[in-house]
Amino acid sequence: MSIKVTKLNHIYDKGMPTEQAALVDISFEVNDGEIVGIIGHTGSGKSTLLQHLNGLLKATSGSIEIGGVDITQPGVSMVDIRKKVGLVFQYPEYQLFEVSVAKDVAYGPKNLGLTEEEIDERVREAISLVGLDYDKVADRSPFELSGGQKRAVAIAGVVAMKPEVLILDEPTAGLDPKTHKDVLGMIKEVHERTGNITILVSHNMGDIAEMADKVIVIDSGKLVTMGTPQEVFSKGELLKSVGLDLPPITEFCNEIGINDTVLSLDEAVGKIVDLIKE
Amino acid sequence: MEKIITIDNLIFEYAHSEEHSRQLALNDVNLDIYAGSFTAIIGKNGSGKSTLAKNLNGLLIPTSGVVYVDGYDTADDDTIWEIRQRAGMVFQNPDNQLVSSIVEDDVAFGPENLGVEPAEIRRRVDKALEDVNMGKYKNKAPHLLSGGQKQRIAIAGVVAMKPDIIIFDEPTAMLDPKGRKEIMKIIAELHEEGITVILITHFMEEVIDADRVIIMHDGNVLLDGTPEEVFSKADIIKGANLEVPLMVELGDRLRAQGIPVPKGIIKEEEMVKAICQLKSQN
Amino acid sequence: MIRDITLGQYYPGDSLIHKLDPRVKIIATLLFIIELFIVDNFIGFAICGAVLAAVIIVSKVPLSFIMRGLKPILFILFFTFALNIFMVKGEVIWSWGILHITKEGVRIAVFMAIRLVLLIIGSSMLTLATKPLSLTDGIERLLSPLARFGFPSHEIAMMMTIALRFIPTLLEETDKIMKAQQARGADFETGGLMKRAKALIPVLVPLFVSAFRIAQDLAMAMEARCYRGGDGRTRMHEMKLKKRDFIAFALEAIFLAIVIIEARMF
Repeated sequence: MSIKVTKLNHIYDKGMPTEQAALVDISFEVNDGEIVGIIGHTGSGKSTLLQHLNGLLKATSGSIEIGGVDITQPGVSMVDIRKKVGLVFQYPEYQLFEVSVAKDVAYGPKNLGLTEEEIDERVREAISLVGLDYDKVADRSPFELSGGQKRAVAIAGVVAMKPEVLILDEPTAGLDPKTHKDVLGMIKEVHERTGNITILVSHNMGDIAEMADKVIVIDSGKLVTMGTPQEVFSKGELLKSVGLDLPPITEFCNEIGINDTVLSLDEAVGKIVDLIKE
Repeated sequence: MEKIITIDNLIFEYAHSEEHSRQLALNDVNLDIYAGSFTAIIGKNGSGKSTLAKNLNGLLIPTSGVVYVDGYDTADDDTIWEIRQRAGMVFQNPDNQLVSSIVEDDVAFGPENLGVEPAEIRRRVDKALEDVNMGKYKNKAPHLLSGGQKQRIAIAGVVAMKPDIIIFDEPTAMLDPKGRKEIMKIIAELHEEGITVILITHFMEEVIDADRVIIMHDGNVLLDGTPEEVFSKADIIKGANLEVPLMVELGDRLRAQGIPVPKGIIKEEEMVKAICQLKSQN
Repeated sequence: MIRDITLGQYYPGDSLIHKLDPRVKIIATLLFIIELFIVDNFIGFAICGAVLAAVIIVSKVPLSFIMRGLKPILFILFFTFALNIFMVKGEVIWSWGILHITKEGVRIAVFMAIRLVLLIIGSSMLTLATKPLSLTDGIERLLSPLARFGFPSHEIAMMMTIALRFIPTLLEETDKIMKAQQARGADFETGGLMKRAKALIPVLVPLFVSAFRIAQDLAMAMEARCYRGGDGRTRMHEMKLKKRDFIAFALEAIFLAIVIIEARMF
């Protein structure tokens, strides 16, 4: 399983006076099992890109190959795309609607036309994958849960569709630091257990540095740069020019004159010890 | 310094009608807030920090105990509007606190409710919009603005009421980094102009500029003091499932490795200085 | 699409019509509607049409923009036209099977069509050239004498203000929820009526939850900003009738008189 996006363009309101290019010649590849971080300031075109990967928006031109199938071709059915690619929107807890957690999580699998047994099995699996206790929450109303639990249920609703590519748009927005960590841990867990491709959009550079194998930077609908977190976060000036910051620890290490791109606190402590003891 | 808010033995319970159960949100809180100060209140979700904030302007009334704002008791119905004019509040969700579909009319909403003269409202609205750098958006519709811009409008709406105190209830929780920086800058400016600021947040980076930090845990005040004092007790903070600012964490780790950076450093500039000094000594 | 509906939409501008006091415009619009029903001959309609044309020209709202607003009501227009032309009894001028067209039928059908078109354009001029918020302000002030009898004129205006503010927010919310459910495999486009109605439940429930959350937050924010109903409230925008408002009023009165006299004469 891999993703190959080639020369993807999207123009809003084509042919109207309000015409606006939202994506311009975006090309990138994602290998099997990778975690990809997409960064860019609000309005840079990140969300538009995500919605293309899930078939919610149609490309004006270009192709998106997922597992060898070009999903921009007219013959490809939506159900097939959604079996392959799951998309978790920002503040996903606002999409909960069923009377019980189990029923809400079952909504996606049901739409895929699975049998009752399959659905039940997937629901159980997904709920425990996101770190909740099935027996405790299955019959409760999703609306009585805490903020963090609600978000977990919403993510389970997409995980239960067993997508080979799981896309999460700002999965930690609005959470307190503890819940924030829990949700990141849960995403890692899901990634490791299912071996999916995970695409993560975040404003939190620290999270991206910690989680991603590959980072894609978007600005004004264009792909600005792409590479490992090491590579991307070594380009502090470029990131600043598109309104992005470095991870706080990276920034700090730059300031005290450590020229390597430090991405974690552990690494920073080691480098500072070396620096002083030299 | 003069006390502007006094909280005595404040207990607050939420009543759940369906189950007849009561949930204790604040358990005997005693605090004084001084005029002109910048107080940050931190705590995780459910620690009681938001409940405390809503008790400070009579949106919630103590189950027992008293809260005085500028000498007025928040439980007294007759003076509740005096309190709310003096203690303005900015909420978390930038969308759900704007009333009008035109920016300047929204900013005018508070002063209109207070019965201020039309010409004076006009002056206050223009001034407040300038204060938050949104003057040129005064005829725009809020839904066309970014989250940070909407939050600036919400602040202008409170500023136009000429409050002595502004309570910010997680004002940056739903904003992107750019919006967050804009709001923090405006809060610092308001504080400099003499407004008493109470900032409820769960972002550690936002509290290091405050002159007092209060950490709430399970409905109680866990720690209270200057940022240096509070963050020197990292073990207590971590015990309450909270994080400490990055520089505090880094300082602790470095000391554990035998690097003698001084305790009590919370700001990045200070840490940079300390490390450069140590480097030059060797 | 929702975007195509011009009925009730505002066209930004600063023409004389835009600047008039909203109360004057509301009353003038009501009078115009009454006049349309007083008029019962072509000369009368021609006068009304000319007045409306003058208003449109002064307002600088493009005609194409106004015409777009007529599209959604074309069906009603044809329907009433057909109903009148075939149903009215009188001197038969053309017949085919059971269908008869009478002279009176043609006359009534044409008048009704003209009346409807003028009515729609006339009332949409009010919303096109008046900011929604000044419109609600105007309504509040016109209804305020009724407040003495317990009529909630302030509350109604406040409700309209809030509705105007949150319609775009809720539309956005609806779009977001629909996309989120589509990503979970929801299908809103195929199937029979029942299936489609059922497919909307996953959209409507979260939308209601959202609306309640907004209402709760907003109520608290309004309370924190000292809102306590209309009593003792002042307004930033004072409404004072200016010279142009009196002139507009006088013109409207003359127009009404002409219409009444004309209707009597012919």
